Amino acid sequence: MTDIPLDRIGVIDTTSAAAKAHVRARYGSEARFKAYGLAAIAFAALFLVVLIADIVFKAVPAFTISSLQLEVPVAGNVVNPNGSSDPIVIGRGDFIKSIREGLYALFPEAAQDRKSRKVIQGLLSNGAADDLRRQVMAKPSLIGTTVATDLLLSDDADLYLKGVSAQRHVVAGTANATASGATGKVTIFTDANVFATELQLIKSVMSRNADELGRQAERASANVADYERQLAAARAAIAAAQAAGDTAAAGTAQSLVTKLETDVASLKAQVFDLTGRAKTFADRFAATGGSENLDPTLPSLLVSINGGIVRATSVGNDRIEGDVLVALTSAATAKAADWSKIVIDTPEASRKITDAEIAILEKLAEKGLVRSSFNWLFFSTGDSREAELAGILSSLVGTIYTMLVTLVLCLPIGVLAAVYLEEFAPRNRFTDLVEVNINNLAAVPSIVFGLLGLAVFINAFGLPVSSPLVGGLVLALLVLPTIIITSRAALKSVPPSIREAALGIGASKQQAVFDHVLPLAMPGVLTGTIIGMAHALGETAPLLMIGMVAFIVDVPQGVTQPATVLPVQIFLWSDLPEVGFQAKTAAAILVLLAFLFTMNGLAIVLRRRFERRW
Amino acid sequence: MDLKSVTTASLQAPAKGNGTHAPVVAKVVANAVNVYYGEKHALKEVSVEIPPRSVMSFIGPSGCGKSTFLRCINRMNDTIPICRVTGRITIDGLDIYDPSLDVVQLRARVGMVFQKPNPFPKSIFENVAYGPRIHGSAQSKANLEEIVVSSLKKAGLFDEVKDRLNDTGTGLSGGQQQRLCIARAIAVGPEIILMDEPCSALDPIATARIEELIDELRKSFTIIIVTHSMQQAARVSQRTAFFHLGNLVEVGETQTIFTNPKDKRTQDYITGRFG
Repeated sequence: MTDIPLDRIGVIDTTSAAAKAHVRARYGSEARFKAYGLAAIAFAALFLVVLIADIVFKAVPAFTISSLQLEVPVAGNVVNPNGSSDPIVIGRGDFIKSIREGLYALFPEAAQDRKSRKVIQGLLSNGAADDLRRQVMAKPSLIGTTVATDLLLSDDADLYLKGVSAQRHVVAGTANATASGATGKVTIFTDANVFATELQLIKSVMSRNADELGRQAERASANVADYERQLAAARAAIAAAQAAGDTAAAGTAQSLVTKLETDVASLKAQVFDLTGRAKTFADRFAATGGSENLDPTLPSLLVSINGGIVRATSVGNDRIEGDVLVALTSAATAKAADWSKIVIDTPEASRKITDAEIAILEKLAEKGLVRSSFNWLFFSTGDSREAELAGILSSLVGTIYTMLVTLVLCLPIGVLAAVYLEEFAPRNRFTDLVEVNINNLAAVPSIVFGLLGLAVFINAFGLPVSSPLVGGLVLALLVLPTIIITSRAALKSVPPSIREAALGIGASKQQAVFDHVLPLAMPGVLTGTIIGMAHALGETAPLLMIGMVAFIVDVPQGVTQPATVLPVQIFLWSDLPEVGFQAKTAAAILVLLAFLFTMNGLAIVLRRRFERRW
Repeated sequence: MDLKSVTTASLQAPAKGNGTHAPVVAKVVANAVNVYYGEKHALKEVSVEIPPRSVMSFIGPSGCGKSTFLRCINRMNDTIPICRVTGRITIDGLDIYDPSLDVVQLRARVGMVFQKPNPFPKSIFENVAYGPRIHGSAQSKANLEEIVVSSLKKAGLFDEVKDRLNDTGTGLSGGQQQRLCIARAIAVGPEIILMDEPCSALDPIATARIEELIDELRKSFTIIIVTHSMQQAARVSQRTAFFHLGNLVEVGETQTIFTNPKDKRTQDYITGRFG
């Protein structure tokens, strides 16, 4: 170290402790920065995975659909009383009746009374006869024969079978069981304490109910105390007013007192009622042995025995009493393995499907008639009020039309505007103003464009409401600034040497731009276009303003017909209370995402094709 | 009409009265040219005559205005909005700053080769064919091919690329790219070729090849070259102009400029005292 010349200044002694610490600090800082970056990416990836997984999980039920496979007699006097040979006339026939007849044949006892017929009908979708109608219309010779057909089940039945709307579990019997009869009210006796677990479950629900009622009673009593304080204050006010001889004030206070007195009375009654019910539940929970009566606020227990189904109305450790929902074939003793318990944790009062419907469904499933298949209907129909019949085809086609209108308008206009502004326009106050305004437009809330579309395209130009044409126009306005800005940036990034080369061999400015600069800027232009189109694809607000929020059943045949788009369809479905539509919402989101990925993939392919290295 | 006839026609037309016995008529004449970049007076009262079918080199320190003047000759300065040119430049007696003159046609007559090789990111063939195509000088596909091949031959590149005319031009080496740019300029059939430091981005071997090429091209074209290398100016040019701080200090036979400069500044520059 001593041979370092003295005139060298600022020499770093790399062996000193300080220098080593400095290097260590630098390494540390670099490692930390890397770790932060990784953490940020991991965090983002985690969110993405959670989001997608959640949507996929919710969407899964929408991609399968349950139907009954049934042999249905197609009687000529039912579907075609006039004996017409015209398929359209035949199509108007009463196919619903045919399929109901086919279903009743499976439950001869139930078909006897009107109430059970209604239960059976309730399991079928409004579109249950569609398959049969199609078959018969295509081949009228089927009339008079028995036809194998798929009957679409109702949304509630479908969700029950998928386990979405109710938690159910089936447990095989563990001891011999005997029913006291085949129809009406029966008692099922068993050799052992077979129903102990169910009794325990019901008691635990009671305990929870008791706790909940107790809490409600507490809240109500707190209110009572509060009201009573107000009452005391009001009475004091009356006394004070009377002492002062102010009759008007005393009158108002008196009316307040009357009102409070009634409130307090009703609240007290409520508290009494709640405490009473809580106590009943608590007592029933505390009592061991014996039997418990079931009501719709408690879980349901069905017993499938001897080809029939019994719903328990009272459960004891070794026996149940109940109503026969599906008639038993005999009252013989069933062996342990020959009967089963079906426990539905969700109380009847909290689900849309009744125990009677469940009994029929379980029976149908037992017979192997229920089939779950891929839900093609979801991709081949428009919207519907019935969750099981609702599809996304109309909104998907609406989206495609809208996007086409947007692309056809904004790509050429946007790119040419960018080329003019970047390459040809003189730099002056006017072009500066245009530039500032384009940047401002990119930041305008999208709903404003919707208002503009409503005022200009619909009211002034008289274009059809809720049509993809108007939607596309509005979205084109929305996307134009993005495309212009990104296209200008892409044009600016083309090296000036290319322009000089073209001009130097005598190309005009236009030739230079269109032959050389624009092709080189094309990857950037396409990226901008895709960003803009993806933005437009997910846009809902401006479309609401121009009426694309309609309930559209028919698939639009052109850009002037009423249509809706995927995000609006998602918005509409997410608003509906039916459980079935929740799955449809998630499924439609997946379709929208798939559409987006396809679009982006296409853009990447195009970009690769345009990209040139130099 | 093939390329040969195109070039000979365009080259011989202005050569009228330019016989061996007659005094040499200047191809390019500049008279009191001033260039302003906004407020900056970049080129001051430059007057020079450039004879046909010879190489004229412009030398001088950085920022002296030699490139600016070169770019006036094909009006490339028009692309710079703040640039203003006064004075008069004529080619064959024709004022190139005449408002009625089409600048695109002018640039077809005055080709340019830039400092950094800038082939189009297209195939070698397309690079050369682009000029004839936009000017409509090829009658048929065969004719266009002929022009491309003969241009590449003239630029001394054909033998190296004849098997890969469809490969991209940007895949060539630096020296090859610069010769491709020269071929591209030749294909349009210019009378004058401007070269703005064409060898500054090249290695000595590629530079030597370009210099040989310039010497070859001198027989058919008027070449004006801007260079930082005085050896290069001495090697390739017949006449040399020395610029300093926007002034044309001295112009004359290259031999004279380098051996017996009249001006002190020229002498200082060529002996390496400044610049």
